[in-house]
Amino acid sequence: METVEVRTSPHVHGAPSVATIMRNVVYALLPICIFATYQFGLSAVALIIVTTLACIFTESFFNRISGTSDSLGDFSAVITGVLLALTLPPGFPLWMAAVAGFIAIALGKKLFGGLGFNVFNPALVGRAFVQAAFPVAITTWTPSLTAARFTEFIPSTLTFPFAVPAAVDQWNAQVAVDAFSGATPLALSKFENIPTDTFLLLFGTTAGSAGETSALLILLCGLYLIFRNMLDWRIPAAVLLGAFLTEEAFHLFDSARFPDPWFMLFSGGLMLGAMFMASDMVGSPVTPVGVWIFGLLIGFLTIIIRLFGGLNEGIMYAILLGNAASPLIDAATQPRVYGVTEAKIFGKKVD
Amino acid sequence: MLSFFEKTFPHGVHPPTHKSKTQAKPVRRLPFAPELVLPLSQHFGKASTSLVHAGQEVVRGEPLAKADGFMSVPLHAPATGTVDRIELMRTARGPKTEAIVLKVHPGAAQEVLYDLPQEISKMTQEELVDAVQETGMVGLGGASFPTHVKMRVPEEHQVDTVLVNGCECEPYLTTDHRVMLEQPDDLLAGIRIAMRTVGAKKAVIGVEDNKLDAVKEIRAVLPQDDSISIQTVPTKYPQGAEKMLTKAILNREVPSGGFPSAIGVSVFNVATLAELGRLLPHSRGLIERVVTVTGPGVKKPGNYLVALGTPIRFVMEYAGFNGGAGQLILGGPMMGQTAASLDVPITKGIGGILVMTEEDASKRPHTVHPCIKCSSCVKACPIQLNPSYLGMLAHKREYTVMADKFNLFDCFECGSCSFVCPSGIPLVQYFRIAKAVLKN
Repeated sequence: METVEVRTSPHVHGAPSVATIMRNVVYALLPICIFATYQFGLSAVALIIVTTLACIFTESFFNRISGTSDSLGDFSAVITGVLLALTLPPGFPLWMAAVAGFIAIALGKKLFGGLGFNVFNPALVGRAFVQAAFPVAITTWTPSLTAARFTEFIPSTLTFPFAVPAAVDQWNAQVAVDAFSGATPLALSKFENIPTDTFLLLFGTTAGSAGETSALLILLCGLYLIFRNMLDWRIPAAVLLGAFLTEEAFHLFDSARFPDPWFMLFSGGLMLGAMFMASDMVGSPVTPVGVWIFGLLIGFLTIIIRLFGGLNEGIMYAILLGNAASPLIDAATQPRVYGVTEAKIFGKKVD
Repeated sequence: MLSFFEKTFPHGVHPPTHKSKTQAKPVRRLPFAPELVLPLSQHFGKASTSLVHAGQEVVRGEPLAKADGFMSVPLHAPATGTVDRIELMRTARGPKTEAIVLKVHPGAAQEVLYDLPQEISKMTQEELVDAVQETGMVGLGGASFPTHVKMRVPEEHQVDTVLVNGCECEPYLTTDHRVMLEQPDDLLAGIRIAMRTVGAKKAVIGVEDNKLDAVKEIRAVLPQDDSISIQTVPTKYPQGAEKMLTKAILNREVPSGGFPSAIGVSVFNVATLAELGRLLPHSRGLIERVVTVTGPGVKKPGNYLVALGTPIRFVMEYAGFNGGAGQLILGGPMMGQTAASLDVPITKGIGGILVMTEEDASKRPHTVHPCIKCSSCVKACPIQLNPSYLGMLAHKREYTVMADKFNLFDCFECGSCSFVCPSGIPLVQYFRIAKAVLKN
């Protein structure tokens, strides 16, 4: 024996690496991407590819100019890109999607110091930016399962950069099997008080963002990560519970005005947000009690925004607000340390 | 959910135990090495004072050094031979320390020639504690804390229970397991001594449920009167930590910064008490100990009875290397220290030699990713610290904040947080540095 390694304990390691966890999140998102492709065709594929590439290039650009080591290997930029695409309307112009991807990584992540230091979920920062910048494009919906979806793009997809996307109303009327109102189930419910069958929401054949339509599929993909012990089940559970309880309270109060809580759970981006974005480790609290508070808060805020805000969807801002509150929640919910009798809040002793 | 029904502590981790390699192997005595190196400081506390000079002949069991005050223990000759020199020698702890080097007589007998039977049942509590100090006994579980010091309970504390630690939660190690199987009577004798010194009416032996054969063996010799009982606890790391065991078995928490005696408990390791039960009636000294030699890099893994001062090189000549050794760990893989050299002696606190191959060493994370706040460490920490946040503070060198506001000094460096960290952050190492900086 010539050389032995000298290091400090522990000498064994028993957890999957960051890269392994992130890679599995990508695997879990793949079925959702495939379903989005089945539903919306070429446009969905192009959207996913463009946002993912935008995120990867931005990540590597900032690595180069800041001289930090290559961080593409941890797959977090890929997740951001894929998640971002899944939250956008399928016909979202690709150049706008690229902007969203750039903002997600640049403002949402790299500005804070990269993976682990970001306060907000990067994908949602990107989406929030384009929501403010392109309010029309991000609320322009197209029908799913059109006949020609594998041979032609949705017209707005291929908008020339910095040009205003073509209106899709006419195209919608052309391709839709039956009358398509150009609204998602949530918008129908909110603005026109038209309910959508919960069954359709579960299987996701409705209009909506590229990857948010099938609640059941998202649930299954999330369960995969939960069983691999790579996702804290408490967070999606708390978000869904928070949303359900809040909606149930309103529904009991006035069932004509406020829809069924099950409708709320399975519509819009709630399921995707709860499973894959609220549960993002970086932006969520670390304490066992904290994650419940965090999740319930997000669920509650989602419903409040959906019911009383100007928008018909609230999960994005709810998660961003939850991210912002997460350090505070952590500080307030530190568990009592073994053998210490006095409790501490914000590191200060309380009597 | 398991913890809801079974006696255990919250959190903790489940490293693979790897005990099957050696747990069925009876303890075998190794021959004497030609030269034994006996550091004067092998225990927590003050170094002992040498009683011998170069050229002096000593017999096996004879005192070589005496205790320097109460926080110290004497040292005895592990073999008959001649004192060669007393000088600074390399030890596993790192810096060179003063050590007695003993040339063993060729053909020296294993028989202990230096002993004197004593009637321990007639001794007072005080005399008994002094007699324990004379044996040079320290905690054999690894901490090397002088046993007699634990036995003198502070006046303001009242101990009602002796907790006997047979958990051996460190992966790979099987010395305590073998001692429980092979010396249940010695163990019982030791427990009775411990109960008398601390004035406890009750003793509970805690054993992890992966050593049920040992539980059966001990149960057969337990007294009828229920004063000594045995309790199995789930196999979980760090179940064998003093604080975790009091929580699991008695549901009492050792106060932060305090001693177990403050909550009426004294905790001793099974190997310590078994050895004490064997030595004390003959007023003998601690001169040898059981060492598990194991790991993927060992050809003949086993439990060996090794004379103190035996160089690790000598032990490894018997056990043999299996391919290239990448790392030499003294103790278990979770809390053990790596040795930089084979030429360091076995001391009172070394219960295991673990040889990892280069392949094992390369499996560990070698790049450190940023903390992604996955909370694995928070869920692993047995004393409910927030290693994630402490790690970030350590990165910013906010050491005083770590200690004042986030209970840094309650960390006993079990390594659970580093074990589960997906980013490969050496959290325990950060905390050691922080503690060391603050202590200076």
